[in-house]
Amino acid sequence: MIEFEHVSKRYPERGDALKDLSFRLAPGEMAFLTGHSGAGKSTLLKLIGLLERPTRGSVRVGDEDLARLPRRRIPAHRRRIGMVFQDHRLLGERTVFDNVALPLVTTGMPRNETAKRVRAALDQVGLLKLERALPLTLSSGEQQRVGIARAVVGRPEVILADEPTGNLDPDLSREIFRLFERFVEVGVSLLIATHDLELIQAMGHRTLVLKQGRLIADSADPETLKPRQPVHQPRHAPPA
Amino acid sequence: MKPRGPRWLRRLATWAADHRRAATDTLDRLIRAPLATLMTVAAIAIALALPATLLVITDNLEGLAGDWRRGAALSLFLAPNIDEAAGEQLAAALRTRIDIGRVDVISREQGLAEFRQYSGLAGALSQLPGNPLPVVLAVYPAAQVTGGDDVNALLEGLAALPGVDFAQADAQWVKRLQAILSLLREGALLLGAMLALGVVLVVGNTIRLEIENRRDEIQIMDLVGATGAFIRRPFLYAGAWYGLLGAILSWGLVDAAMALLQAPVGRVAALYDAQLRLAGLDLHQSLSLMGLGALLGVVGSGIAVGRHLHRLQPV
Repeated sequence: MIEFEHVSKRYPERGDALKDLSFRLAPGEMAFLTGHSGAGKSTLLKLIGLLERPTRGSVRVGDEDLARLPRRRIPAHRRRIGMVFQDHRLLGERTVFDNVALPLVTTGMPRNETAKRVRAALDQVGLLKLERALPLTLSSGEQQRVGIARAVVGRPEVILADEPTGNLDPDLSREIFRLFERFVEVGVSLLIATHDLELIQAMGHRTLVLKQGRLIADSADPETLKPRQPVHQPRHAPPA
Repeated sequence: MKPRGPRWLRRLATWAADHRRAATDTLDRLIRAPLATLMTVAAIAIALALPATLLVITDNLEGLAGDWRRGAALSLFLAPNIDEAAGEQLAAALRTRIDIGRVDVISREQGLAEFRQYSGLAGALSQLPGNPLPVVLAVYPAAQVTGGDDVNALLEGLAALPGVDFAQADAQWVKRLQAILSLLREGALLLGAMLALGVVLVVGNTIRLEIENRRDEIQIMDLVGATGAFIRRPFLYAGAWYGLLGAILSWGLVDAAMALLQAPVGRVAALYDAQLRLAGLDLHQSLSLMGLGALLGVVGSGIAVGRHLHRLQPV
C-alpha cells in the first residue's frame, strides 16, 4: 500500500516539484502516473523509493512513514520496492544472471537460494535462456525485461517503473505492461510513470494525472475527472 | 528450505559469508586487471621495503656490535706492587666466577714487548731504568653477559677489587657504533612513517578511481537496497588486498636486498675479524610487515570510501 497525504516537495534551485499531493494505492493495485515532462512524476517515484524526502506531508509505504524513516533503515525499505527504469540501469560487464541477482546478493542470501530465485524471475520474463548473456548483447526490450526481473526477484510489495517503455515500440510496450499485470495478480502494488496515453487507455487501469506538481486527475476519483484543460494529446488522437 | 539454528547464528553465518564473498570477489577483480594491480602493489612494496630493509640491516649490525662487545676484553691494570704471581692468583680467582669466561694474564715483560712493537718508541723505552708497566689481566665476560649495562656493572665490580689500580673496557668504538645504529634505526622508523603515509595515499587514490569507475554499480546497488556497509566492503577489502600484496612483495624485496648485500657486508666484516651472515625478516617481523601493509591499505581505502561514497548516496 502506498499513501500520500498532502505531500509537497520543493527544491531550493527549482522551486516546487510537487504540491499538496494526496492519493492512496491499495495492495495489488496497478496505476499509471502521467503528465508532461517536469510535471513531477519522477519526483513522486523518488519519494516512494526514498531517493528524496518530502518537504511537507506524509508518504507511507505499508505501515512506515517515510518522512520519519531513519537513514539506516533506507536499504531495508528499498528492498521492499522493485524499481524499473527507462534506461534499464543494468551493469554492462555483468551477466543477465548477475544483474538480476544483485538485490538478493545484497541481502546475503545463500548462492543456491539466489540461483533458484533468479532463474524463477528470468523464467517469468521469458529470458531464462539468456542468463549468461551480457546486457549489451540484448535488444532494448530484452534489457527492459532483465530490469523487470531484477525488480521482482526480491518479491517486493511495490514496483515503481519510470517510463519503462520509453524506448520501446508499441508491441513491445504492450508486452511489458502485460508482464506487469502478472505481478499485480500476486498482490504487488504497481505505479508506472509513462507518457504513453494510448497504452494507458488500452490497458484500462487507474490513472493519476500530474500537472506542475499537482494531481489534477485520478480515474479512481470521479470528482477529479471533471474536464478542466487537456493534459495530453494522444499520439494518434481519433478525429473528433 | 527453512533456515536452521538460532537467529543470531544465522546472522553471523550470513555476515561471514558476505565477508568471504567480498574478499574473494575483490581478489578476483584485482587478478583480472593484473597490470593496474601490479603497479599499485609495486608502489606499495617499494614504500614498505625501503624502511624494512634499513631496519633489517640495523638489526644485523646491532647483533654484530653485540658480538664485538661481548668479544672485547676488560683490561684490569693491577697496582705497581702486585707481581706476576699475585696477578696469577687473582686471575685464578676470577676464572671461578660465572660471569667471567676467560682471563689472560699479561706480564710486565709481555706488556713492554707489545708496547715496544706497536708504539714505535723502542728507542726511548730502552733508556728507561726499569719496566714501568703493571701486570694486566685481560678479562673476557661470560656469554650470558650481553647487554651494555651488564658489562658496565661487571667493569665496576672488577675495578673495586683489591689490587686493581683501574679497569677499562676496550669497546668504546662499539658503543659509538651502537649509538650510530640507534640513530639509523630511528631514521628508518621516521622514513617508515613517511612512506606509510605514502602507502595510505597510493591506496586512497587507487580506491578513489575505483569508486569513480564503479559509480553506476554503486548507485544501482544503492537503489536495490544494499546497505552502506555492503557497498563499502569490497573497497575496503581491495585496500586490504593491495596492502597485503604490497607487503608480501616488499618481503621478497627485503630478502633479495639481503642476498645482494651479503657479499659486500661480509667483506667489510672480515676486515674486523668478524663473520656476518645477513638475516632477512624473521617470522614475527614478516607477519608484522604483512599486518601493517593490510592495515595501511584499509586505512587508505577507508579514507577514500568515506570521502567519495557518500556523494553517490543522495539521501
